[in-house]
Amino acid sequence: MTALQILIDGFVISSLYALAAVGFTLMFGVSGVLNLAHGAIMVVAALVGWWAAGQLGLGVYAGTAIGILAGLLAAYLTYFIVVRPIQRSRKIPREETEIFVLTGTLLWGIMLQGGLAYLFSDNPITMRPLIGGITTIGGVRVPWNEIMIAAVSWVVIGLLWLLINRTPAGKAMLAASMNPRGLTLLGFDLSRIYLLVWTIYGVLAGTAGVLLASFLGVSTANTGQLTASAFSIVVVGGLGSVSGSLVAAFIVGYLETATAYLVNPTLRPIPALVLLVLVVYFRPQGLLGRR
Amino acid sequence: MSALLRSKVAWVAAAAILAAAVLPLGVSAYVLGVLTTAYYFGVFSMAWDLLFGFAGEVNFGPTFLIGLGAYTAAILDNRGLPIPLCVLAAALAAVIGGMLLAMPALRLRGPYFGLVTLVAVLLLQNAIVIFAGVTGGEIGMTVPNVLSIDARVNYWFALAFMVVCGVLLFGLSRSAIGLILQASGQDPIEAAALGFNVVKHKIVAFAISAIFSGIAGALLVLYMGAASVGTIVDIAIGVQIIISAVLGGRRTIIGAALGAVLLLVAAEWLRPLGQLNTLVVSAFALAVILFFPDGLLGYVLRPKEQG
Repeated sequence: MTALQILIDGFVISSLYALAAVGFTLMFGVSGVLNLAHGAIMVVAALVGWWAAGQLGLGVYAGTAIGILAGLLAAYLTYFIVVRPIQRSRKIPREETEIFVLTGTLLWGIMLQGGLAYLFSDNPITMRPLIGGITTIGGVRVPWNEIMIAAVSWVVIGLLWLLINRTPAGKAMLAASMNPRGLTLLGFDLSRIYLLVWTIYGVLAGTAGVLLASFLGVSTANTGQLTASAFSIVVVGGLGSVSGSLVAAFIVGYLETATAYLVNPTLRPIPALVLLVLVVYFRPQGLLGRR
Repeated sequence: MSALLRSKVAWVAAAAILAAAVLPLGVSAYVLGVLTTAYYFGVFSMAWDLLFGFAGEVNFGPTFLIGLGAYTAAILDNRGLPIPLCVLAAALAAVIGGMLLAMPALRLRGPYFGLVTLVAVLLLQNAIVIFAGVTGGEIGMTVPNVLSIDARVNYWFALAFMVVCGVLLFGLSRSAIGLILQASGQDPIEAAALGFNVVKHKIVAFAISAIFSGIAGALLVLYMGAASVGTIVDIAIGVQIIISAVLGGRRTIIGAALGAVLLLVAAEWLRPLGQLNTLVVSAFALAVILFFPDGLLGYVLRPKEQG
């Protein structure tokens, strides 16, 4: 009974983690940016979606759409206000761009968090389920909404896979992750590829944020935790490796769920942190990383 | 660095310290309290700058070393140990922590090491909450035996401490060790090829940064009379320390202290804005990073090099 419960709950959580982490890892793979405002962007989507659905009275579906749009907008703002100016700045030495992007997005995330806390307060909010009802799987009661969340996560990840591997734009993105200079020599505009990556990232983070709001609920106080968990999943899986992130999302998701059910809910984040330290010590390129 | 520039900076610094030293004669205990905390944060930032600016190690968790020192001092203080012993033990604990951090730093680079330091903070935070019996958990613990209860004495002590640390760290950064650290931070392979022992110097950098962080952390809790995760260990505190150093100017040591004092005073001054205060402070810091990546002091000292 508990085993099945862990299996189901862990699956839903892991799917959501995977959805939230693939955009993060894709962006690092293609453009080398580690976006520490990740959690804040997810929370923007969640809070705006919740606000549009409930406070504006537009209903859950319109709210979800508006939330995802808000996530996309937040991603664009991150790119145009913070990341692109740092990448193009002549005052910042090349080898320090990385640390500046990290610091810049971290600050930007704090700003988003502060702004959201001002507008929406830092009380946790939960969006109404997108679909109601409860079903029973092998004696375990599971809300349909959870099943839908896992399904949507996988459909979106599947679409992403198709986009990367089966479309010209996706292949250009893959090429950019391997050799950006070669790609520009072939006449591709790198900045358009980066814009595409940020678009995909915004949609993914926005979707993950809205789904999270209807599953566990979010609060502006969560932003740091969300960034940290996406970051650790991505590092365990291997920075820039999308399939590695999927595997890692499941390892982390199940570790957390099993700890919460079998040991103690307060210890929930610890095994994943220990795993992270071990991976970074013994296999810094991550489970499926390239380098 | 020309002798002229050095003397000019030295004069400005001396004047600033003098002004700060006579300040208690004119302002309220509230202002002194804000500045006292700010001076300890100045030491945190300077210690961070030595590790990042010179050794090139991206340490996202300065509060790991600070927290180790602070909690060691707080726990021993509760056992009734005299203050000097508490501080000594805090320095020792922080150095051990620094060695633990140095081990992965020698194998990993850039974001990976940054992540380890971040995780170190999270683990320390969790450990404090789990061992709530000794550490007071999330609520925090009181420190009965404080440095002094007089605001002016505390203020002068913190100021003197910051000045001493500043002189030591600045001197170190301008010494042969500092230059070797800088070289090994920028290009470890070339530095090693030139015959410098990169590993040894990096370990030294970690140890020094840890000693200063640990002692400052211990003194901060001994001043405040309380230690809690939210005020000492939290990642937000670490972020504040990093922002201070970048704001004041990386690789300047003194700039880090300047940035910390500026940031803490600004945050206090903007407190009436309520929740918007973090937004305004971080927006300001972001603007500095975008437009003056060398920081405030870097901008003043090196105006010619600006593109």
